[in-house]
Amino acid sequence: MTIAEKILARASGRKKVEPGNYVTAKIDMAMMPDAFRLIRPLLKQAGIPESEFKLWDPDRVVIVTDHRVPAFDVVNARAQKLARDLARSLGVKHFYDIFAGVCHQVMVEKGHVLPGQLIVGADSHTTTYGALNVASTGIGASEMAYVLGTGELWFMVPETIKFDIQGHLSPMVTSKDVILHIAGKYSTEVAQYKAIEWTGSAVDEMSIDARLTMGNMSVELGAKFGIFRADEKTIAYLKKRTDKPIEPVDPDPDAVYAHTYTIDASKLEPQIALPHNVGNVKGVSEVGDIPIDQAVIASCCHGRIEDLETAARIVKGKKIPKTVRFFVAPASWEQYKEALDKGIISTLVDAGVMVGNPSCGFCTGYQGVLAEGESCVAATPRNFRGRMGSPDSRIYLASAATVAASALRGKIVDPREVN
Amino acid sequence: MIIRGRARKFGDNIDTDTITSGSLLHLATEELAQHAFEPIAPDFAKSVREGDIIIGGNNFGCGSSREQATAVVKQLGIRYVVAESMARIYMRNCVALGLYPVISKGVSGLFAEGNEIEIDFEKGEVRNPKTGEKAAFEPLSGGSLEIVNAGGILATLKKRMGK
Ligand code: SF4
Repeated sequence: MTIAEKILARASGRKKVEPGNYVTAKIDMAMMPDAFRLIRPLLKQAGIPESEFKLWDPDRVVIVTDHRVPAFDVVNARAQKLARDLARSLGVKHFYDIFAGVCHQVMVEKGHVLPGQLIVGADSHTTTYGALNVASTGIGASEMAYVLGTGELWFMVPETIKFDIQGHLSPMVTSKDVILHIAGKYSTEVAQYKAIEWTGSAVDEMSIDARLTMGNMSVELGAKFGIFRADEKTIAYLKKRTDKPIEPVDPDPDAVYAHTYTIDASKLEPQIALPHNVGNVKGVSEVGDIPIDQAVIASCCHGRIEDLETAARIVKGKKIPKTVRFFVAPASWEQYKEALDKGIISTLVDAGVMVGNPSCGFCTGYQGVLAEGESCVAATPRNFRGRMGSPDSRIYLASAATVAASALRGKIVDPREVN
Repeated sequence: MIIRGRARKFGDNIDTDTITSGSLLHLATEELAQHAFEPIAPDFAKSVREGDIIIGGNNFGCGSSREQATAVVKQLGIRYVVAESMARIYMRNCVALGLYPVISKGVSGLFAEGNEIEIDFEKGEVRNPKTGEKAAFEPLSGGSLEIVNAGGILATLKKRMGK
């Protein structure tokens, strides 16, 4: 069996599963961000009295308020208040209010994620945790209500495809460029309904931060799961965050893959996804002069220390031109603190970068909103029309390196030209 | 069982922000539904009729996990969402809310906006009765079919809690 099959078999109490099987699986962890407030109206609508609704296991439920924080209008303030009330009345043990960070980063760094687990989250980028050898995926709010009450959910066992990333990435070419390249070359549906296993020498060489970016964006390829094997880096990362036993899951030697895609990382140049689709990808050198008004490094896809460090290295001692607004938001308070301690934040601020609080704000148009006709180069996972503001604005997705270099030049450039 | 309805046609990669804008998510479903598909079909909510059937292209409903993007479709009286392919979470949300997702390669080319559609669940076929053209699909089975038949996953939860 593949990693996904092994995890689903274990979670559904079977010896063996095959692609296409329907299983009812026990959920190891359930995560819900701001949509948590919807649980109350959903129960009401379904005629389920809240007094009879109990969390199946308060230890396995994590709620994070992250999308629009701190509240910037009364509607939001009210929504956050509702979430706090509900967390209290349902007895949520792991409730992270606005002082933690973006939900997915909070999940991994607070030790809620362990190899071999089956995790669901009411957010599409729940695939992020695959970087830590986990089968994790996004579901909607009603399904989450069901999970919160029962600890179970139905799954169809997916086929697994393998992306074998061979060779070595060149300097300034990152895991983001790998996944954008795949979205461009094989489409944003290459993994529709499927599980991905990420393997190969370039993957082995990646940091956990870099793998989290790829786990995160596995959903942009349509994937149900985007799973990595656990290696010594995974174990070192987890040991800092949990005392629980760490039991990696490897695929069986005779595991069956629906397809294996082999990619030579050595040949990759920095990539860019043009508006308004993640699959609309070109090499940075192919796109010509694209002036930008805004640059963003933030979100659950980026905003980790490695990305912040890269940005600081590129802008150190230089000035962002007055024509560009460059926003950086660390993915969590832990990342923020580390960046402060390392002097990264002051390097960024000296260069003229505006550093925001950890939240989804810059990724999804609650902060740094774009006007009609404006362009933004962003280290975030999605560039759908209107995601950061006006439907007539344009979002270009790239790595943190490309974003920082482009911010300095006021137009999209290859980061290798700037250093 | 054979279901008939009127085709409401959409293209490829209709994302969840297009179906329900992130900036409107604080609205109640009834009100939110009035803005469904607004960026690409501003008159959709006004012209939709009970029993209409959505015909999407590839990757229908891609993007966010927001269930509202499915709830608005249900609110407008649509029970069947047909597409060449559908984003995974959107499909799950259809099932969770008691809508029937029909994934059928080649279906999009069979219909123009407003055409009559027939969905034949025994034969696993989507047909255009006027042209006689058809495309095959795999009817739901297992857990997902049970949930759709129950009217959604919360109805299932309620039943379970009642035991
Ligand atoms: S940072 Fe962006 S992609 Fe990540 S959870 Fe928040 S809104 Fe979604």
